[in-house]
Amino acid sequence: MSMILGVPVAVLFGQLLLGIINGAFYALLSLGLAVIFGLLKIINFAHGAMYMLGAMVTVIMFDAMGINYWVALVLAPLVVGCFGVLLEYFLLRRIAGQDHIYSLLLTFGVALMIQGILTNIFGVSGLRYSMPEIFQGGFKLDFMFLPYYRAWVIFMALLVCFGTWFMIEKTKLGSYLRAGTEDAQLMQGFGINVPLLISLTYGFGVMIAAFAGVLAAPIYSVTPVMGSNLLIVVFAVVVIGGMGSIAGAIITGLLMGVIEGFTKVFYPEFSSAVIFLVMVVVLLIRPSGLFGKEA
Amino acid sequence: MTIMKKLLTTAIASAMMVGSAQADISDDTVKIGYLADMSGTYRDLAGPNGLKALEMAIADFGGKVNGAKIEVVSADDRNNPDSSSSTVRRWLENENVDLVAGMVASSVTIAVTKLLEENDGLGIVSGSAASSITNEHCTPNHIHYVYDTYPLANGTAKAVVQEGGKEWFILTADYAFGHALEGDVTRVVEENGGKVIKTARHPFPTSDFSSYILQAQSSGADVVALANAGSDTTNAITTAGEFGLTQSGQTLAALLLFLTDVHALGVNSAQGIQLTTGWYWNMNEEARKWADRFMDETGVRPTMVHAGIYSSTMQYLNAVKATGSDDTQTVRKQMMDTPINDMFATNGRIREDGRMVHDMYLAEVKTPEESENEWDLYKIVRTIPGDEAYRPLSESKCSLVSKN
Repeated sequence: MSMILGVPVAVLFGQLLLGIINGAFYALLSLGLAVIFGLLKIINFAHGAMYMLGAMVTVIMFDAMGINYWVALVLAPLVVGCFGVLLEYFLLRRIAGQDHIYSLLLTFGVALMIQGILTNIFGVSGLRYSMPEIFQGGFKLDFMFLPYYRAWVIFMALLVCFGTWFMIEKTKLGSYLRAGTEDAQLMQGFGINVPLLISLTYGFGVMIAAFAGVLAAPIYSVTPVMGSNLLIVVFAVVVIGGMGSIAGAIITGLLMGVIEGFTKVFYPEFSSAVIFLVMVVVLLIRPSGLFGKEA
Repeated sequence: MTIMKKLLTTAIASAMMVGSAQADISDDTVKIGYLADMSGTYRDLAGPNGLKALEMAIADFGGKVNGAKIEVVSADDRNNPDSSSSTVRRWLENENVDLVAGMVASSVTIAVTKLLEENDGLGIVSGSAASSITNEHCTPNHIHYVYDTYPLANGTAKAVVQEGGKEWFILTADYAFGHALEGDVTRVVEENGGKVIKTARHPFPTSDFSSYILQAQSSGADVVALANAGSDTTNAITTAGEFGLTQSGQTLAALLLFLTDVHALGVNSAQGIQLTTGWYWNMNEEARKWADRFMDETGVRPTMVHAGIYSSTMQYLNAVKATGSDDTQTVRKQMMDTPINDMFATNGRIREDGRMVHDMYLAEVKTPEESENEWDLYKIVRTIPGDEAYRPLSESKCSLVSKN
């Protein structure tokens, strides 16, 4: 078997694939953040909590009402998205136009409150959620065993990422959105309800996070703190990609998943820090991020 | 005249003695500080319910010992040695805390016990695992009560090697506890004719273990051992199941599992896993009775840490009662001189290095058919006598242990 730095090539193929799967989660989460920041200029520190809510709602709906995975895949993001719209309407709207730091602190506070309340109710050991029957088992590839569910994660994540990019960059609705945040007064003059558009955009960004949460529910421990660790990494991904760049967030998310995956093989102790190292280097060389527009 | 003088001096002397006996419980209060992870990864194994267990012990004393009031303060350690150190420093220097109880993450405990030594305070460690806490990090100011990594390795690792698992892959949480456990396991594996072929140290905490599970699969090891705890362990077990680790003929050994972890995994995913525990709620009548009481208070069954917090607090308060003092060394000596026989341990004893030595148990998680309710999780396979389970003093690196 051929080796690279003492690691069989087959193992590296496996890690590449796993890196892409993890990167798909990063891409989904940083995509939501990029949409919210790019269009609303809100630094959404509640994003990790929304991801967690997506997973928690999925488990709770199953335990309480027997709602299955497929329904949850649509329903849980909708529920969390509605919660996001309410959050925007009652809280975030009041600080619109203020310095970024206000939205950062407000959303961070909201996240801590949600997390604290749920921790009190459910504890942190994790809620049980079984994978749907259809996903039991996996593909036996030459270099690894790929569970069906992980393949499903890549497929769904890429679908949602591409769909979102297409909608915002290529459709009429997307152009309204971009215009509405650029010059709200002018757009209102054209008869477009800009405040509603903004609520819905926030709700949409949150929905993507919750969707990632539903995807995560069968494979990670579902706990009230599951989002808090991920959030910081995802912010680093957004900074590397360029704040607000939608395509940048997606590509960087996948890329960082792969870089992290390889670090886990060659120097696992460093794997939680490698993304931040990349962030430092990128900020030194290109302060506006890999895909950001030069200010 | 001389008789009068003698009487007078005796009276004064005895009055002074009474006075000093009262003064022996400083500021007429026995104050206990409870330090534990109240909100993070290790919340459920100790956390708020550990505080309940502590309060149960105080309630058994009617809130008073020798007429002195028993008070409790508590703090979240956030698994952070720095912030925990400043909390404990405040407790010891400004708030006259007599006993620090709880203590979960080993990194926090090692930092806190150094402070206890500087300030001559007393600590009883119930949650931490690292065996180094009473080895190279021992102090005359703390006791390690429930379990440590040495018996974890001696119980589980030994059993697995003897069943034929010779080549090991160890997945380690990258901090004091994981390192201690990895070291203890390696020793046991090698002593029993096995070999550790690879270790991977993962950051604490990690949510995605797929990369490590894949490395373990391609390593060709017979046994994949998890030297981590809490949600790291449950996440790794779930991922191992998803990637078909055991189907491909490898054995999965979780070296530290708490009742709450197994409860979270459920018997479907956890069945058949062997683990070592210091206590199990359904292991005898006395344990069961206390566990029922705990369940009335909290709604859940206690972990070995919860039981240990209750038991050790009772031992501490009994020692304060017997000596009439809350002075650290007086109480610690009294505790060392008193064998522990209660709902937690039989013939437990505290050694000079601070290690509480008691029987440990090798348990196996029940199958769904065997398990009668959600907390009916273990069957005890073997009792490991305390002296066999824990590191013998002859191997100790603790400076308190006299070498003859």
